[in-house]
Amino acid sequence: MRTRTRGWSEVAALLVALGLSAPAVAQNEQFIPMPSYRQGPYAAGGTSIYGGFIDYLNLLNMRDGGLNGVKLTYEECETEYKPDRGVECYERLKGKGPTGASVFNFLSTGITYAVIGKATQDKIPLLTMAYGRTDASDGRVFPYVFPMLTNYWSLNTDIVRFIGQREGGMDKLKGKKIVHLYLGVAYGKEPNPIFLKQAEKYGFEAKLVEVPAPGTEQQAQWLEIRQYKPDWVILTGFGVMTPAALKGAARVGYPMDHIVGNFWSGSEEDTEPVGEAAKGYISAALNPPGKDIKVIQEIERVVYGAGKGNMVNKARIGSVFYNRGVLTGIMTVEGIRVAQGKFGKKPLTGEQVRWGLEHIKIDDARLAQLGAAGFIQPMTVTCADHEAGGAVKFQQWDGTKWKLITDWIQADKALVRPMVEESATKYAKENNITPRDCSKEG
Amino acid sequence: MAFFVEVLVSGLLAGFMYSLVALGFVLIYKASGVFNFAQGAMVFAAAVTYAGLVSLGWSAWVAFAGSLLAMVVFALATERFVLRPLVNQPQISLFMATIGLTFVLEGLSQSVWGSEVRGLDLGIPDSPLELKGILVSKFDLVAAGTAAVLVSVLAFFFQKTRVGRALRAVADDHQAALSVGIPLERIWALVWAAAGAVALVAGLLWGSRLGVQFALTQVAFKALPVLILGGFTSIAGAIVGGLMIGASEKVAEVYLGPLIGGGIENWFPYVLALLFLLVRPDGLFGEKRIERV
Amino acid sequence: MIYREAGQFRTTYVADQRIFPITQDRVAMAMLLVVAFVVVPAAASNYVLTALLVPMLVLAIAALGLNILTGYAGQFSLGTAAFMSVGAFAAYNFQLRVPGIPLLVTFVLAGLVAAGVGLVFGLPSLRIKGFYLAVATLAAQFFVDWLFTKVAWFSNDSPSGTITAQPMVIAGLPIDSPARRYLLVLSIAAVLALAAKNLSRTATGRAWMAVRDMDVAAEVIGIPILRTKLVAFGISSFYCGVSGALWAFAYLGTVEPQAFDLQRSFQILFMVIIGGLGTVMGAFLGSAFMLLFPLFLNWVLHLIVRTELRPGLLSQLELVFFGALIIVFLVVEPRGLARLWQITKEKLRLWPFPH
Repeated sequence: MRTRTRGWSEVAALLVALGLSAPAVAQNEQFIPMPSYRQGPYAAGGTSIYGGFIDYLNLLNMRDGGLNGVKLTYEECETEYKPDRGVECYERLKGKGPTGASVFNFLSTGITYAVIGKATQDKIPLLTMAYGRTDASDGRVFPYVFPMLTNYWSLNTDIVRFIGQREGGMDKLKGKKIVHLYLGVAYGKEPNPIFLKQAEKYGFEAKLVEVPAPGTEQQAQWLEIRQYKPDWVILTGFGVMTPAALKGAARVGYPMDHIVGNFWSGSEEDTEPVGEAAKGYISAALNPPGKDIKVIQEIERVVYGAGKGNMVNKARIGSVFYNRGVLTGIMTVEGIRVAQGKFGKKPLTGEQVRWGLEHIKIDDARLAQLGAAGFIQPMTVTCADHEAGGAVKFQQWDGTKWKLITDWIQADKALVRPMVEESATKYAKENNITPRDCSKEG
Repeated sequence: MAFFVEVLVSGLLAGFMYSLVALGFVLIYKASGVFNFAQGAMVFAAAVTYAGLVSLGWSAWVAFAGSLLAMVVFALATERFVLRPLVNQPQISLFMATIGLTFVLEGLSQSVWGSEVRGLDLGIPDSPLELKGILVSKFDLVAAGTAAVLVSVLAFFFQKTRVGRALRAVADDHQAALSVGIPLERIWALVWAAAGAVALVAGLLWGSRLGVQFALTQVAFKALPVLILGGFTSIAGAIVGGLMIGASEKVAEVYLGPLIGGGIENWFPYVLALLFLLVRPDGLFGEKRIERV
Repeated sequence: MIYREAGQFRTTYVADQRIFPITQDRVAMAMLLVVAFVVVPAAASNYVLTALLVPMLVLAIAALGLNILTGYAGQFSLGTAAFMSVGAFAAYNFQLRVPGIPLLVTFVLAGLVAAGVGLVFGLPSLRIKGFYLAVATLAAQFFVDWLFTKVAWFSNDSPSGTITAQPMVIAGLPIDSPARRYLLVLSIAAVLALAAKNLSRTATGRAWMAVRDMDVAAEVIGIPILRTKLVAFGISSFYCGVSGALWAFAYLGTVEPQAFDLQRSFQILFMVIIGGLGTVMGAFLGSAFMLLFPLFLNWVLHLIVRTELRPGLLSQLELVFFGALIIVFLVVEPRGLARLWQITKEKLRLWPFPH
């Protein structure tokens, strides 16, 4: 009996000591929540993206002493890409730090949908960069959601434009056959309406081929595609669906350089399992890969030089997803920086960061300052336009790595924006939301 | 017509891949009456161990031996710590224990080898082969061959050898087998090791196809309709069931799919298996259950 | 000493047939209800209410449903999440297309729709048993998944197939604060738990248990197997449907077909098995364990492990811990947490005497 009580009191003392030794909360800190997924089917991508994000924050802390003197802190919370874990992480992290969480980025459409209502009520912005609700690009209905840089509809028009370029002009698309091979989940189906609309506009024959989740089996789909003999295949996949699709294409002998994936189907994790057979596969690039970019080189020099890098597998620095994580970091910090310009160089609340995000303006001069020339497209976020960008570059797999093959290709905003507004208005009506009047706001 | 044959052949060959996974389930159910939910995790763990060893610089055969050893160790540990304490407990508790095993395996594999996606090169090209105008994949043929070999070996083992008979006795009734003097623990360790070896082969083939990543654990769900169709306790059933499910799945997706919107591959095999079950409630080749009042 | 029955004499049949015949039990239950209804919403933080208690209660309702099917009636089913999905989408559509419909009526109707679907998928149980039935119910799971993703009508033609649940209002009172949502879910859970407990004591309940123990014998003594099994499927699916509707409306606020995937079915099955098959308390204990324990583990490990481990290693180790714990639990008590509680109560009845 004595041994047992001694054991328990020891544990209690240890816990108390650990609690007491916790660092006192410094007041000059901006807390950025990090709801990550390092486990489960998307863990490979999640590890790289969040690794890049954390490395960028550490770069600023180590090289510049934070953002204008305010230290950037973060805390990770495992969501496993599941909506209920995401909600739990949201509730757990939203109040941390001296002024609460600055901005949430879940990297999951499902979790984003679940949290939009709560975040809007709690006045914490959601940065859903290149994923999430496409219609949230309409900032008048979704003031707290920022699907920045490129949403799925703009992306689809980018891909069609690229194909048009390859064919020698948009008018050459008439009569061609294009297949949209997509994963049978919400994310995969999202581009279908605009894809069909473009088919009408440009006169190409559009065929939708669905792959049931998770997409490990695609033989039937590829045999169908081979039968149909399309000129191009657009691939909207995620996780295991992409390598399975590429293998399926190799198996039926469909030419790789006529398959164009979106920016979630174009990473090293997708093509390395397929190796040489995927050579020639093209995908959209939200951000260029590689270490040719100044800010990536800075991270390697400062953060990894001091041994504080987040990535265990250093070969992944400069990979597509790693760079996307760095891009996420840049956008997040840029929003805070702009907000600091208006509200002062101190820890800011979610509401203030929201204002910052809504007034981000990135031009060539700013790109040079960030060390991100060629890395991010020039963009201006406004009250009504939370997408702001719409362009992507395109890259090609050469068997061992991704190489850029185009410059920024712009989206067909004239086609996309009316659809976005229609969908947003419908959402507003269903949920009794009065859209903001942007002319009245600063 | 040629297209139909192509789809059919491709389906049959896909079916072999499913059978490989189903074999692991059948082995364990046949010998210990446990529905091993952890089979999918075993496929993943075996594949990731192999890929991990190869990435450390070991040669293919040595890595294979190493992974096999790992699976054997896992089998021994499972028998000692999970099965032995749960002898004669209701089936559902054992099922739940294998779920616990799944979590342990998944977490362990990822903590040791990381969660990176790795390619697996078995040296078999996935290029198409034209046989009389019909497209067949070389890789699929190799997989089919492997499955056929495995099945013959296992079937022979169960039917003809003494150990095989002991295994069947154990599956019938643990306590009766114990009372006759069959060493339960050794038999179970043997069976789980065999299932581990099958999982390794399946893991290599599937990993070569999809890349070695967490999604390999989902491959097990593809094998479930095969199990219902073929019967939980029949090795031949695993093959026949696999062929039928593979073929019908692909044919339905191509011909029936466009009529109702496509993407029916996920539920069609289950509905098909269900219909079969209504006629033969224990699967095509499963042991007929006799209930006495 | 505290838990003795000595001195309590039951003089009416009604008193004898109570759910809690011992006074101490009744007192404890009353105190628990007071704590749950009054103390918790006042004292608990929003985080605990929103992220811990509400999902635990909602999933406990589904676990109650599965418990009726698998624990009482002995029919092994893996389609639980499909029925939850049906409930969620049905509730959404009723709220959307029937103007002015009261919220509670919506939940009941959603449950009834789910019950109907459950009846259809329960038909094979007349021929198929055991693990075969479980895998056959997976057909329900995948089919419903496909149906809601494919047919745009169910999600009101939203391009992503995701629905956003309408805000909840009961008799003019908006249910928008965490405390109110918690109370709504708690009330529904309490009512349904009472119903489940009472169901198990009726003739239907006894018929279920007879079918579970040996259905051939049950048929021989005249229990209508067809009706009994189908009623079990129906009622169980009703519970799952209500749970799904609550998941969409009171917890997440949004539903995509992937929220109710195979993982969810397995999660609820685990809850029922770990909690204890055939007990009402087991549903709640199992739900608390499966949902809250990983979070607790996460919190404890973060507290204890201060050194910088490889990122992601911690969450993977949690998984290992969790799996190992499940196995340990099963070895110690294969009949689940409820049985552990029962044993505790039995020991309490004797305490402080040894026998």
